[in-house]
Amino acid sequence: MLEKALKGGPKYWAWIGFLLLIIGAGFCTYIGQLQEGLTITGLSRDVAWGFYIAQFTYLVGLAASGVMIVLPYYFHHYKKFKGMVIMGEFMAIAAVVMCLGFIIVDIGQPQRMLNIIFHPTPNSILFWDMIVLNGYLILNVVIGWTCLECDRQRVSHPSWVKPLVYTSIIWAFSIHTVTAFLYAGLPGRHYWLTAILAARFLASAFCSGPAILLLVVFVVRKITKYEPGKAAIGTLTTIITYAMCVNVFFFMLEVFTAFYSNMPGHMHSLVYLFAGEHGHTELVPWMWTAAIFAIVSLALLIPPKLRYNQKLLPWSLAILVIATWIDKGLGLLIGGQTPNPFNEVTVYWPTGKELMISFMVYALGALTLTFLYKIATDVKRETGELTTED
Amino acid sequence: MKQSRRNFLKFAGLSAAGLCIAPTAVMASGGSSGGAQYEVNSNHLQAKRWAMVVDTRKLNTEEAIEALAETCHHIHNVPSIDSNQDIKWLWSGTYGEVFPEQENNFPSEAQEKRRFPLLCNHCEHPSCVRVCPTKATFVRPDGIVAMDYHRCIGCRYCMAACPYGSRSFNFMDPRPHLDMDNINKKFPTRMRGVVEKCNFCVERLAVGEMPACAEESGGAIVFGDLQDPDSNVRKALRENFTIRRKPAAGTEPGVYYII
Repeated sequence: MLEKALKGGPKYWAWIGFLLLIIGAGFCTYIGQLQEGLTITGLSRDVAWGFYIAQFTYLVGLAASGVMIVLPYYFHHYKKFKGMVIMGEFMAIAAVVMCLGFIIVDIGQPQRMLNIIFHPTPNSILFWDMIVLNGYLILNVVIGWTCLECDRQRVSHPSWVKPLVYTSIIWAFSIHTVTAFLYAGLPGRHYWLTAILAARFLASAFCSGPAILLLVVFVVRKITKYEPGKAAIGTLTTIITYAMCVNVFFFMLEVFTAFYSNMPGHMHSLVYLFAGEHGHTELVPWMWTAAIFAIVSLALLIPPKLRYNQKLLPWSLAILVIATWIDKGLGLLIGGQTPNPFNEVTVYWPTGKELMISFMVYALGALTLTFLYKIATDVKRETGELTTED
Repeated sequence: MKQSRRNFLKFAGLSAAGLCIAPTAVMASGGSSGGAQYEVNSNHLQAKRWAMVVDTRKLNTEEAIEALAETCHHIHNVPSIDSNQDIKWLWSGTYGEVFPEQENNFPSEAQEKRRFPLLCNHCEHPSCVRVCPTKATFVRPDGIVAMDYHRCIGCRYCMAACPYGSRSFNFMDPRPHLDMDNINKKFPTRMRGVVEKCNFCVERLAVGEMPACAEESGGAIVFGDLQDPDSNVRKALRENFTIRRKPAAGTEPGVYYII
């Protein structure tokens, strides 16, 4: 099926060329980072994890989100998701590729990366994160590829896929739980040291991930006329709405615990993020944007009339994505490390080079996704599936 | 032709074997510099659990702590980098910075003026060791939290985990920031991309010397075996009221402060 990714119109190749250009430019910057070290980033002794790890964290959510389609389809036999299942699985593959990319660009000695395997350390959550991420990648590659190939051959899916699918559904929860455990188990980082962090991660993943997926599917629909089905889009939007409600609710729980208890350590990060501390207010406008966008997205998604308005939906989803990205792809990482262990504020802001390298990883994910979606839509068109609206 | 091919195969085989054995042989010989390194000798100091007591009544000025830090940084080839990507093994802070959860609204004058030395706490339950994915940081049987700079992949998870901010990362190559004509050749320099921190002068203990800061502090820093009831550390703890940093973190630091 791979050959389908190599046939396309001029627009397809222009897009591929554009992505390769970004990857090339980002890679040159990355070579610079390899030579000079992470000093080219805005990281410091106090904020040792920054934009790279934040993007990794956010994208793990995107990877896990495919389960919001696969689970209803396989556990509840919700057949209307048939056209979306492969989209979710292939999105997960691209997302995990980006996650691994961000980990690689973040480590100081990437050539020693395999030390994680040569010296397995089960007491480190990073070891388990490596296991669950790579496991999820393999599961989705095997399942997605096998099912699509079978669809193309017009034969039923082999029976051994079923147990793998069930495993992957549970596995999806594990990847975001384990990623949350990376942070949640650290003493002295009060913003992360909360039992609800894993639950918050899942809630945030299950709204932001499917929202990104739907936005991408809208683009795919426009380009390829591939129609995943109105009912499927409607159901997924409802799932997104519920997940966003839970996500906001969980955040309010954090706010209550911090401020009703009046524990300084628990309040500091939230105060820094939303009001600023020691005269540092860099993140305040961002965090309030996130808060307002979160409320606006809910206002646009909760009333069914607005939720099922196809014209409005992409905007509602985009607003939701921005809100969750600021919360998790920016605030969570910086908030956890600010104030530092000495109660001081060290400002972190990604540098241009850091952003360029991040664009490279994002472009790499987009390239993976483009190839996979090209193959999937071509196969679906060949088999005459879902080309008409239901 | 046949002869030469046989010779070539012999040569290739021997070379391959040599490449396999050479690193082991080099390691077994203890490196090339021989006596220049710190090597464990018969004077080496042993303890069940090394610990430190800092008398902040005696050691509390910026200058005094800075002098100790300079010695420490010199013998461990710690570079001086003028940015927030710097490396620190030993430095000083105010009471509020060192004990942020134990700050009073009306501190005593002495406490307000004092500076307190900061270093790795060599915890009994170090969170940095718990999170390290490659065992690059580990607890030795004598309680010292050590680093293997060659194993470290630079993921900086230990920095996120340390509640005391005691770990530094080599964001850049440290050597251009060292006076290379004046480095301590007995101790290695580091490369970029690895984490480092205070090591309780483990290399000096191995040759029978006390940690440099303890030796130079004029009695303000006491270093000894916490498990030995007759040790100077236990004597200092018995006779004085001491506190440790962030007891709520549950890491059981090995550095005590007499206030």
